[in-house]
Amino acid sequence: MASAVAHADTHEHTHYTSTGLENRKVAIWAFIGSECMLFASLISTYLIYKGKSIVGPFPHTPWTSPDGHVFKPILNIPVTSQSTFVLLMSSLAMVLALAAVENRGKPGYVGTVLGNSKLWLAATAALGATFLGYQAFEFTSFVHEGLTIRTNLFGSTFFTLTGFHGAHVTAGVLWLLTLLSIDIKRGLTPKDTLLVDMCALYWHFVDVVWIAIFTLVYLIK
Amino acid sequence: MATTAATPTFAPHTAASYGQTGIWSWITTVDHKRIGALYLYTALFFFLFGGLEAGLIRWQLAQPNQHIVSAEFYNQLFTMHGTTMIFLAIMPLSAAFFNFLIPLQIGARDVAFPRLNAFSYWVYVLGGTFMTLPIFFNSAPNGGWFGYAPLSTLPYSSGLNIDFWVMGLQILGISSLAAAFNFITTIINMRAPGMTLMRMPMFTWMSFVVQFLLVLAFPVITIALVFLLFDRFFGTNFYEIAAGADPLLWQHLFWIFGHPEVYILILPAFGLVSEILPTFSRKPLFGYNVMVYSGIMIGFLAFGVWAHHMFAVGMGATADTVFALTTMLIGIPTGVKIFNWIATMWGGQIRFTAAMKFAIGLIALFTIGGISGVMHSSPPADLQQTDTYFIVAHFHYVLFGGSIMGIFAGIYYYYPKITGRYMNETLGTWHFWSTFVAMNLTFFPMHFSGMLGMPRRIYTYDAGQGWDTFNMISSIGAGLLILATLFFVVNFLKSRKSGAVASGDAWGAGTLEWSIPSPPPDYNFAEIPVVTSRYPLWDLKHPERTAGIAHSAPDVMTITGAHATPVHEETGHKTAAELGIPMPFNTVKPAIAALAIVMMFGGLIFMHVGHFAVAMTITISSACLFVGTLYAWLTSPLE
Repeated sequence: MASAVAHADTHEHTHYTSTGLENRKVAIWAFIGSECMLFASLISTYLIYKGKSIVGPFPHTPWTSPDGHVFKPILNIPVTSQSTFVLLMSSLAMVLALAAVENRGKPGYVGTVLGNSKLWLAATAALGATFLGYQAFEFTSFVHEGLTIRTNLFGSTFFTLTGFHGAHVTAGVLWLLTLLSIDIKRGLTPKDTLLVDMCALYWHFVDVVWIAIFTLVYLIK
Repeated sequence: MATTAATPTFAPHTAASYGQTGIWSWITTVDHKRIGALYLYTALFFFLFGGLEAGLIRWQLAQPNQHIVSAEFYNQLFTMHGTTMIFLAIMPLSAAFFNFLIPLQIGARDVAFPRLNAFSYWVYVLGGTFMTLPIFFNSAPNGGWFGYAPLSTLPYSSGLNIDFWVMGLQILGISSLAAAFNFITTIINMRAPGMTLMRMPMFTWMSFVVQFLLVLAFPVITIALVFLLFDRFFGTNFYEIAAGADPLLWQHLFWIFGHPEVYILILPAFGLVSEILPTFSRKPLFGYNVMVYSGIMIGFLAFGVWAHHMFAVGMGATADTVFALTTMLIGIPTGVKIFNWIATMWGGQIRFTAAMKFAIGLIALFTIGGISGVMHSSPPADLQQTDTYFIVAHFHYVLFGGSIMGIFAGIYYYYPKITGRYMNETLGTWHFWSTFVAMNLTFFPMHFSGMLGMPRRIYTYDAGQGWDTFNMISSIGAGLLILATLFFVVNFLKSRKSGAVASGDAWGAGTLEWSIPSPPPDYNFAEIPVVTSRYPLWDLKHPERTAGIAHSAPDVMTITGAHATPVHEETGHKTAAELGIPMPFNTVKPAIAALAIVMMFGGLIFMHVGHFAVAMTITISSACLFVGTLYAWLTSPLE
């Protein structure tokens, strides 16, 4: 009996699990559950403090400072709509990257652009980086216009909330680049689906969080 | 295969027998049992440390107008007593049991992520040290364990004290979250064939609920602390009233975390007691299903009662009413548990071991704390009791009378499984009765001093307010409590070498962890058992006890890839190599990653002593070290 166990374990190298799911897949879902509460706390605080700032600049309304300087509403919705679109497209690229790895070698994927996992991983990372570029531009222009993290409640909550999201995107881009380098080095195969799948779950989650932030912070006045 | 009659009773496997000795093996270990032992020793050390802090507090309060310690140091003492007991003693003592027991109870060879488990421990011990050391330099956290902002913001707390607290809790949160992801995955995914959710031992069930509380509650305190950290270090306005901030923001965020935290502290003890009572009553747990549901119910309601900590701030009649009702509601599943424990003992052939005495002690003392808890669920009553010693009495009955009694019960019960030797029952009985008496002597008079209006957190008081006698009694009780704990310390240390040798099934229990040797071999189960009922070992040895509970035929043996056999008592004579069981490699990377995390947060402290460049250098280089170690960790094979 014991030797049979040894034989099976060393050869199959897949561990039995109660649900049939890989451990890491269960863990990433638990992690995402936790992240939900993290962003829920950030977003709630933003909403609680909405309209409570004593001094400007404000997100949606102009503000005249005591010395007579007029500040425009600070949020630039057209520009952020572009970056939102970019981030949404990155999720599409992520889906294609996962499909390319999962279906490696299957008809329709061999030799076609759909099967090019390196392209789609690179595209996802690039779109994520572009989003971060937009955010860097947004942050610097806000600072130039007179809104820093210390200016008022809006500044504190806005920069902390979007900054936390940006940090998550940054971590995601690093993750994607790591996957890309593995793909370049040895080639990701259908056996590596879980590696890409975990990153994809995380990436889509971060994307969904942005949809909430974009709606609640930018679109609703 | 199933017989143990001819096997010697001494422990067949010790650390030495598989080459795991020396301090380096402890730093690099990824074995859940050894990590559990590390948690146990470290948390017991912090428990004693926090107890000595309480001793100083009670010495200071023994008589009116004393100046044993300064008012400033008193603030540090009560802050660190609470913080230490909650985050560095009770939670990690529970974690010691999570680590040691969960894989054994569900029939697994380790946790889902052994290295992450080691990481959790190292973050805990380094973060705990980081937060504890400042008390020797008179700069320990001094804002209470709840750290209310704006009091804890820079204008009102300008020293480094609060910085150590913010950073320390942030670090400890990482440890708890990493552990929670690990145990959720372990429980969901690594149960032996046939170990359905509704067959899991009650300790595993309560731990399962606790992991969800951790996963959902800790991010909230993380964010509250991030706000405080940003306010203190980067000049943001989250708690800056002059900038329009809401003075209740911290309280809400803190208690949305803080109340589930209370159940994080008590549910593991409930779980332990639910293991001990059936074994020593020689009866299955009464109303298992209801016990599970009430545990889940407590966990669920835990998120809906936070504002009962805030009745005094004036939230209005509607909010007060809602939170009063939810708080009363949570008393129901808790009461159900108490009645089910009593019904478990009812008609049983009870063995009054030390573990059993502590378990019954929990039922009695927790009930007292539970009843005073229901008392201040009513806002008008609470307004009289809030911030008085009545509250101190209440939460010490649930935390000492509940959590600590349950944990002591667990230690006496599982010591033979962990070490292969029993603790001394005579000393254990002395420990129990002296603790029981001293505990009541300490905390019961606080009900009266509180009702007579004595406020919490004052460092001294004037004579003649009716508090003197009660305080003197409490202080005598606290002194006795420290002496009572010495029985435990002596017993714990002595039994390690000279305790009676325990067999695998040390107490005649029914659950899986007792089917393997004591201490368990590194691989736990030579053959993964197929479980067919809630008390598989009793099915084997005392089928009459389990005749009334649900069983299934062991047809699950055919599950592909499970390679399982029926439950049997294992002898553990073979090594993992002989059995061909792949074991994870020891690695130091989790400890290095933990060190990097602690330095990353700790480095920021230098900002407040005027060394911005030093702070940034330490923090950024530690962050790089962390990322580098993480890559090295993830790219090296587990086994």
